[in-house]
Amino acid sequence: MAVVFQGIGATAALTSATSVDSKKLYILSRRLVSETKSTFMVVRSDGRLNSGSNRRAQKLITNAVATKADSSPATKPGHELLLFEALREGLEEEMERDARVCVMGEDVGHYGGSYKVTKDLANKYGDLRVLDTPIAENSFTGMAIGAAMTGLRPIVEGMNMGFLLLAFNQISNNCGMLHYTSGGQFTIPVVIRGPGGVGRQLGAEHSQRLESYFQSIPGIQMVACSTPYNAKGLMKAAIRSENPVILFEHVLLYNLKERIPDEEYILNLEEAEMVRPGEHITILTYSRMRYHVMQAAKTLVNKGYDPEVIDIRSLKPFDLHTIGNSVKKTHRVLIVEECMRTGGIGASLTAAINEYFHDYLDAPVVCLSSQDVPTPYAGTLEEWTVVQPTQIVTAVEQLCR
Amino acid sequence: MSAAATKIIQPLPLNSTTTNRSPHKALFNPLKATPISSFPASTRKLRLTKPNSPHARRRSTSIFAVSDVVQEKKPTSNTFFPNLLITKEEGLELYEDMILGRSFEDMCAQMYYRGKMFGFVHLYNGQEAVSAGFIKLLKNEDCVVSTYRDHVHALSKGVPARAVMSELFGKTTGCCRGQGGSMHMFSKEHNVLGGFAFIGEGIPVATGAAFTSKYRREVLKEGDCDHVTLAFFGDGTCNNGQFFECLNMAALWKLPIVFVVENNLWAIGMSHLRATSDPEIWKKGPAFGIPGVHVDGMDVLKVREVAKEAITRARRGEGPTLVECETYRFRGHSLADPDELRDASEKAHYAARDPITALKKYMVENNLASEAELKVIEKKIDEVVEEAVEFADSSPLPGRSQLLENVFADPRGFGIGPDGKYRCEDPKFTEGTAHV
Repeated sequence: MAVVFQGIGATAALTSATSVDSKKLYILSRRLVSETKSTFMVVRSDGRLNSGSNRRAQKLITNAVATKADSSPATKPGHELLLFEALREGLEEEMERDARVCVMGEDVGHYGGSYKVTKDLANKYGDLRVLDTPIAENSFTGMAIGAAMTGLRPIVEGMNMGFLLLAFNQISNNCGMLHYTSGGQFTIPVVIRGPGGVGRQLGAEHSQRLESYFQSIPGIQMVACSTPYNAKGLMKAAIRSENPVILFEHVLLYNLKERIPDEEYILNLEEAEMVRPGEHITILTYSRMRYHVMQAAKTLVNKGYDPEVIDIRSLKPFDLHTIGNSVKKTHRVLIVEECMRTGGIGASLTAAINEYFHDYLDAPVVCLSSQDVPTPYAGTLEEWTVVQPTQIVTAVEQLCR
Repeated sequence: MSAAATKIIQPLPLNSTTTNRSPHKALFNPLKATPISSFPASTRKLRLTKPNSPHARRRSTSIFAVSDVVQEKKPTSNTFFPNLLITKEEGLELYEDMILGRSFEDMCAQMYYRGKMFGFVHLYNGQEAVSAGFIKLLKNEDCVVSTYRDHVHALSKGVPARAVMSELFGKTTGCCRGQGGSMHMFSKEHNVLGGFAFIGEGIPVATGAAFTSKYRREVLKEGDCDHVTLAFFGDGTCNNGQFFECLNMAALWKLPIVFVVENNLWAIGMSHLRATSDPEIWKKGPAFGIPGVHVDGMDVLKVREVAKEAITRARRGEGPTLVECETYRFRGHSLADPDELRDASEKAHYAARDPITALKKYMVENNLASEAELKVIEKKIDEVVEEAVEFADSSPLPGRSQLLENVFADPRGFGIGPDGKYRCEDPKFTEGTAHV
């Protein structure tokens, strides 16, 4: 039950000036756990522990963990782990279950993955099943596609999502299209995953958000994970899916800690996640921005607003049912994303909402995205390219006037 | 197939001398880099040496090296003709395959100009020896990956002519339900993995298929899995990154794959010599630790001999081979290509080396078959091709309902619609009019 609590603490660290240190994040999270007596306390922005908002805080936390459609909270207490460990757990369970599941990528084997998602798997499963590839993204992605066509279920790891730009040829032409151009003869059950997004001063080329580039490719599905719970569930679902799935992870979220159920669970690839139900406004977000939104939500709640926060999770296709129900209830939509302004996921989502739910909107859809700027190295500039909680608060206040 | 007579040696270390160290009669020595043969379009004179010349053995390129094999080869089961490369049955099979390829492609041209098929159609006339020479040695479980010039590869692998013709006509009875077209011939039943429009795109896919074969043997413990993959591509592709990346990976992991370069000297209007710093493609294999072989791609028997060794090597787990087949396309790059750049004398030179006439001559001269028997085959193939056209003509066009099928293997990938139901459950989805 501590996820949102951790999340809030985490975003406090994320948004503080320039020091976004993942280790610090972890330490901060741990400290918050040890200092509190119960998990039902919300640390206010001014440091006070507010018991008055406990009821809402309780509601806040209970609903943040799982949506209705997901499995009910575990009967056993579950176990705590970090997001990258959750990914590994999901991966390992699937590899154990099906011998055709294999991993390919740079440094996934002996090195254990640049973010340790595949740590120790090569020792357990061998060098062929956890394959260290040479630095040839286009070709090893194509190789994974060929292997998938002939019966295996490969998972391709891009060391950084940006590197998959080199594999665009294979992802667009082959991964997405071959099922169709072969008249349905060959399936390509491949999972392409990797960390993307703006990190901590990683520079422009390592801070790319590829979801906007891939979203037009017909025949693929895209999902973005944001918590250890949904990371494991989406990983497993993606591996079991017969469709090619691109799983977007975020560099800054790998050290998020959460308690997840012991029993096996798989999430639905096409569904969105209700993070916080509300009445006044629908905030749609995904990946790291979920935490900025939740941070802003804290402030908004204290100001008397009641935002409904939905983590869309499925970037392609959109879960228009969950989103639609929310729009019909609140009549106002704010999209908060880390993608670029031009042609990003938010742009598509705005178009989709306007098309389907225009009658239910009381105000135009507002989309907060990153600036159309190559991510600068300087910490201050980098902070201003992505959406910050204060901007979210301002946008909500304006929308709800 | 006995592999004892031919042996492809591993390339020698880089600092070796140029003498031939191997005790075996080398099929070729890739490091002995004195190019003898020359491409007709180059400034070097074409040196023609009689195949039976004793000097042929020492040649570094194997245009004539295969003839060494001819002399060394153990007698075949054909006891009357101990020096022949093929039996009568094999010969007829090869002949039939090549005639099928030729007739089919000629019919394609006719149909194209009659408006039965559209788009980019790339014909294989003149290169049949490569397809027949390699693919006829494969089992059904072996995979073939090709480029846009893939009709004949699909036919050689066993895809019925009527399925290919229907596909070209865009009918629903085509091998890809009309959704692929000329450049995307796929067949799961016959393990034809495409058909790719961008050059070089298929090579990683072929590498993946070979990887699966190795994976099945070593991880899934299917000990008898020795499936081989053939990747066919052209000279233009050999300047593409994917080619080199896959040579590296295939050599690194000793994948059971044969890289077959159909060097027809032209990439649309770009001569191979104008595009490539070192035009001898077979030499690029040893740079990755792969044996590189150059063979006369207009001679199906020579191609077959080299193919036998390369495929057997792959089956034994010894890794990939790079085979460069010098061949030629008699028609333009595609049916839309006016083919103005190529020299008439070059075309005439290769027309004189038509693989079909060469095989016919070989079989008749060696009394493997009579002219009459070969005519019977030609007539049979004529009927097959005509029947294919009739079948394709009379097949239905795809209906609207086919539009949205097959985009996803799991159609839930279209997502959840505003009403809460999966879009694929919408009745309009099956009609092909749903909004997705």
